[in-house]
Amino acid sequence: MKGFAWKFGSNVDTDVIIPARYLNTTDPAELARHCMEDADPAFAQKIRRGDMIVAEENFGCGSSREHAPIAIKAAGVSCVIARSFARIFYRNAVNIGLPIFESPAAAAGIRAGDEVEVDGAGGLIRNITRGETYQVAPFPEFMQQIMARGGLIEYVRERVRSGERR
Amino acid sequence: MGMTITEKILAAHAGRKQVYPGDLINARVDLVLGNDITAPVAIREFEKIGVEGVFDRERIALVPDHFIPNKDIKSAEQAKILREFAREQGITNYFEVGRMGIEHCLLPEAGLVLPGDVVIGADSHTCTYGALGAFATGVGSTDMAAAMALGETWFKVPESIKFVFHGQKLNPWVSGKDLILYVIGEIGVDGALYQAMEFTGPVIENLSMDGRFTMANMAIEAGAKNGIIAPDAVTAEYVRGRAARPFTVYGSDPDAVYARVYEFDAAEIEPQVARPHLPENTCPVSEIGDVPIDQVVIGSCTNGRLGDLREAAGILKGRKVHQNVRLIVIPGTQRIYQEAMHEGLIDIFISAGAAVSTPTCGPCLGGYMGILAKGERAVSTTNRNFVGRMGHPESEVYLANPAVAAASAVLGQIGLPVELGLAAGF
Repeated sequence: MKGFAWKFGSNVDTDVIIPARYLNTTDPAELARHCMEDADPAFAQKIRRGDMIVAEENFGCGSSREHAPIAIKAAGVSCVIARSFARIFYRNAVNIGLPIFESPAAAAGIRAGDEVEVDGAGGLIRNITRGETYQVAPFPEFMQQIMARGGLIEYVRERVRSGERR
Repeated sequence: MGMTITEKILAAHAGRKQVYPGDLINARVDLVLGNDITAPVAIREFEKIGVEGVFDRERIALVPDHFIPNKDIKSAEQAKILREFAREQGITNYFEVGRMGIEHCLLPEAGLVLPGDVVIGADSHTCTYGALGAFATGVGSTDMAAAMALGETWFKVPESIKFVFHGQKLNPWVSGKDLILYVIGEIGVDGALYQAMEFTGPVIENLSMDGRFTMANMAIEAGAKNGIIAPDAVTAEYVRGRAARPFTVYGSDPDAVYARVYEFDAAEIEPQVARPHLPENTCPVSEIGDVPIDQVVIGSCTNGRLGDLREAAGILKGRKVHQNVRLIVIPGTQRIYQEAMHEGLIDIFISAGAAVSTPTCGPCLGGYMGILAKGERAVSTTNRNFVGRMGHPESEVYLANPAVAAASAVLGQIGLPVELGLAAGF
């Protein structure tokens, strides 16, 4: 993954990521048009495919709406890097296959507009603009299995096919 | 090694004798919940899994409550997806308009959530049911889909934080809402991230079920995985006559291990208000100063129960809503609405100049039934005051308890019942 960083602060809540006034649809493309709208009304128009969201603490706090990671993914954001994530958002992102990386060092080092390259498998984030490298906390193996399949549904499908369901 | 109530419930549902914080487990779920916003996405994902039906048609609850009664054509389409799925799958716990309520008021009232249960819901305030001594947590739509297929889900066992409330008596006009706002003010909106919040102590023992629901409901506002209160006589009284299946009562061992323990003295806690735009921005109402308001909302999964409406009506009886203020009262369920009507509370609200609505989450999340315009300010008994939460991104929400909200509606600005000559408290 390679792109430019868009920076946000702490406690970016899901109402900011996708306001409830747009939750009368589940269409990813329509949700993407309003991604981050209440923080930056032009965000969806400004970003280029592959760009990253970089934030401080507790990214994605608030509602359980999966529309939030769906909107981010459909907007073309390649991954979210934060100092920490709210737990439901974290789980939802893994489940729908939106890459997320917890890295206090990256959250501190990356500035708005920096060009960043992420090596998810290697657990490294490279700041091309500043020549810095940051470590990423590895995911538990179980979550890596979900992510390797692009999300939870494929993981569950495999379990069901192999006759695991009672 | 001793276990907390949260660990015991999770161990029992994972078929284990013991679990430790950090363990990844697969746990059986007693109930899976979704609403008109989250369930349509879950249904779409469920259909990709390739199972013929849900794991148990009596263990799934579908509650259209967010944009219901349908606020527009798109919302009507979403609601239709729920209705048709419920019919196709023969889901017994689908609640139609006229028989529904706000999910977290409705499911405990209907006896569908019981002590010792594991409940997941595609709604962040699913943590409300911890008030009954259940492990309940919010998840997203894909987790809901997988659980509808499998009847189980994975968890990382959370560490627990214990909050002990000492003291015999709450200060006048202090309720469960003020206790939880006070805690969030102390520890912050990520103060319990990924952790369980366990509430205990003499103040909790004396707290009504409605007050306990309010406290567990807002555990998510501190980032918690769940909030929980061990069942006692108050819980037993609530569950009696509602439970249609057996349940197990758990409590924490004396040697259970906690990540942290906080001790509070009820005498220190005054009625609280959370200023925009985070629930952690709390201060005593007495220190808020002059804050004129345009709207007051009394309702939601946080404070839409009968006890909440009684508190508000106690303030509003014989008084009028300030000329510059719109007061919107939303009973949490049809049964609460009806009981409030029989008790004369609805009459008090309408005589005071309030609008009374059918149950809905509507205004809490800026859906409908009370959206704020640019620059408008509301006092609300709901749970979040994020930017744009109740409408325009430049509107403001102050969170408070029902008595403070009702007093503020009369005063035209944020204030205490004592400013209306009401000194005694509840």
